[in-house]
Amino acid sequence: MIAFLIKRFFQAVVVMFVISLISFSIQDNLGDPLRELVGQSVSEEERQALRDEMGLNDPFLVQYARFATNALQGDLGTSYFFKEPALDVILNKLPATLELVIGATLIIVLVSVPTGVYSAIKPNSFFSRAVMGISIVGISVPVFLTAIGLIYLFSIELGWMPSYGRGETVPVFGSWETGFVTGDGLAHLVLPCFTLASIMLPLFIRLIRAEMMEVLQSEYVKFAWAKGISPTRIYFLHALKNTMLPVITVGGVQIGTMVAYTILTETVFQWPGMGFLFLEAVNRVDTPLIVAYLIVVGAIFVITNTLVDLIYGLVNPTVKLAGK
Amino acid sequence: MNKTASLLAGAVLSMGLVAASQAATLKMAYDADPVSLDPHEQLSGATLQLSHMTFDPLVRWGQNLNIEPRLASSWERVDDLTMRFHLREGVKFHSGNPFTAKDVAFTFNRLRDSADFKAIFAPFKEIKVVDEHTVDLVTNEPFPLVLNNATYLFPMDSKFYSGEDANGKPKDLLVKHGNSFASRNLSGTGPYTVTSREQGVKMEFTRNMDYWDKQSPGNVNNIVLTPIKEAPTRVAALLSGDVDFIAPVPPTDHKRIDRSGKVELVTMGGTRIITFQMNQSRVEAFKDVRVRQAIVHAINQEGIVKKIMKGFATPAAQFSPKGYLGHNDSLKPRYDLKKAKQLMKEAGYENGFTVTMMAPNNRYVNDAKIAQAVASMLSKINIKVDLKTMPKAQYWPEFDKQSADLMMIGWHADTEDSNNFYEFLSTCRNKDTGAGQYNSGEYCNTAVDKMVAEANAETDQEKRAALMQKIEKTIYDDAGFVPLHWQNLAWAARKNVEIQPVVNVMNFPYLGDLVVKD
Repeated sequence: MIAFLIKRFFQAVVVMFVISLISFSIQDNLGDPLRELVGQSVSEEERQALRDEMGLNDPFLVQYARFATNALQGDLGTSYFFKEPALDVILNKLPATLELVIGATLIIVLVSVPTGVYSAIKPNSFFSRAVMGISIVGISVPVFLTAIGLIYLFSIELGWMPSYGRGETVPVFGSWETGFVTGDGLAHLVLPCFTLASIMLPLFIRLIRAEMMEVLQSEYVKFAWAKGISPTRIYFLHALKNTMLPVITVGGVQIGTMVAYTILTETVFQWPGMGFLFLEAVNRVDTPLIVAYLIVVGAIFVITNTLVDLIYGLVNPTVKLAGK
Repeated sequence: MNKTASLLAGAVLSMGLVAASQAATLKMAYDADPVSLDPHEQLSGATLQLSHMTFDPLVRWGQNLNIEPRLASSWERVDDLTMRFHLREGVKFHSGNPFTAKDVAFTFNRLRDSADFKAIFAPFKEIKVVDEHTVDLVTNEPFPLVLNNATYLFPMDSKFYSGEDANGKPKDLLVKHGNSFASRNLSGTGPYTVTSREQGVKMEFTRNMDYWDKQSPGNVNNIVLTPIKEAPTRVAALLSGDVDFIAPVPPTDHKRIDRSGKVELVTMGGTRIITFQMNQSRVEAFKDVRVRQAIVHAINQEGIVKKIMKGFATPAAQFSPKGYLGHNDSLKPRYDLKKAKQLMKEAGYENGFTVTMMAPNNRYVNDAKIAQAVASMLSKINIKVDLKTMPKAQYWPEFDKQSADLMMIGWHADTEDSNNFYEFLSTCRNKDTGAGQYNSGEYCNTAVDKMVAEANAETDQEKRAALMQKIEKTIYDDAGFVPLHWQNLAWAARKNVEIQPVVNVMNFPYLGDLVVKD
């Protein structure tokens, strides 16, 4: 276990290094940050002077070496727009994104497990067929459209839900402000969470259904039936446990994808999280912020994958971590 | 929503019945928020909007492009080079410091150090403090736009901004990219003070109870500004009642807003011109005035305005919009396909040629669609266009390099004066003097340059107008560029928010004077 974590840590360092190198080398193609910093009628000389001052005219390796030296000391650069350390800016926005992801994950778990199991047990019922039909539609509608459709229906036409932002938040500790404890905050969470969940939900329902159907055919389940164990125990204890193994693997990978989808969801709902921040940073060519975001997201990927591997070991004790 | 409403009502009640009667709160959503609290850091719409809320200029533009007195109560010309401003007395800054001529001088000198604003104040030689409440602005040469440029002079609290901050840096330090005192703290004379600010998320303002302008009908006590980048979300926020006032409003949503019945749309002819420049040093054919004329005749400006802009723009045949001194009423859009083909034939390009075109895709309203339309219109006179569109951040470096034969550019004159268009877009390009900085077409007519210089020094308004209208005509006859349209402006608000009287073509609604009815 310890050996596994140490190995992972070194892998993570290599991943971070590669990400930083790649993100650093594409920044020249994103555009000219100076254009976003100054007004249109500022002369070329003024802009060149500022560029010199900011070290943007230095050769690539000089710029990267400067960045890497600072990065090793925990300084990922200063955002042009926020004028604060890029890492601080991102970490300030992280709670909003995490709450969105947590809300969406809750919806996914609470909806996909029962529906998936039900449609595996009763594959021919009307409800199962309807769920399968809807999930095909759900998987093919882009997030943008889902979001706008939800806003149109629930905010404008019905007036039940707020249309943008986080609403009222309560500070928990440090810069973490939560929307989970106020009515207003929860109301603001509903539409964005459903939008984000809508991408993964069909996938998980179908995955659970398929796995469950396969497990229900296996010998040990048949044996359990023969033993006369109650159906609830068979379905939700014996069968579901084995169903969850591949689901956890896929889920781990999908959480990373979900972070990527927060970019779209947050943009439509004006959600002040780090996905929205990233898209804005790209538009403004705020390169230090872009590089820092990619590194942070890379770290999130490595961490979630490590956690998935650990959980996998708990669910299925036959898996040996260090032996791999 | 009902839950939200009752919660809000509860919050308002608990906040106290003290300021009950006239405490109107305005929730507004813009597409951007200011990058800094320092009014001199960036010359942008968001910064100027902030300046009008928290500071006051010496003078400001009225709705009909007239000049209104603000912190300068009156002014007069002393001689050809000097304009004297009499400052309003009894005005106090947010900090409580009295406003005097010293503050004006302080601000003027700071503006001259600002990379973004120094160009506007370049024609000035110095500022002279005559007495506590009088200043003289002295120009290098006779200069007709003293008042236009004084709209950019928002006096800052010199006492508040002097001394050193906690980091040992001077408080008035002006930096582009860094954490300065002035970028986080603010003291002006304006109708609002900033109470909280989370950059990119929310900004809150409270009315300055000691505001000098007692005549102002404004009754908004609190303003919450939320930047909402996505246009559909902004519109949805207004229609669902989450905000009271939005700008800009995308043309595609105008009908929906008009239909809703709960909100009101206010539009106004804008002053930003959208154009294409034809690069004469890259394309031999563009040196021929007949080819340039053919292009201008092949483009259907009215069609673009109607189909792409949904009528939300004014077709243009020149730089200056109506209301500007240089606007020449006799110049009309020239769409005439037959004549265009004829001109191509005369020039010997009947079979056409191939050119490259570049345009941004997130800078102007419908920019990429406009470029596509222009490209297909040009194909009718056998000019094949190889079009590339890209985000603005990548577009401007390409524009500076003059990477394509046809390049799109929109321009708004910072001085609200025609000459600004000519200086940046159509005087001969000179890298050393910086003239024609945005003239990627390399159009060059020495007669125009001469008239532009004359207009810069002409203080007789009538002569100046005649001169600038002649410039427009000359460029029109030369087909120096392809004019498309002036983008209109639009704001939308709930019916009880009376935005009509406070909006203006510069797109800085004077929110201090805004009235919200019960």
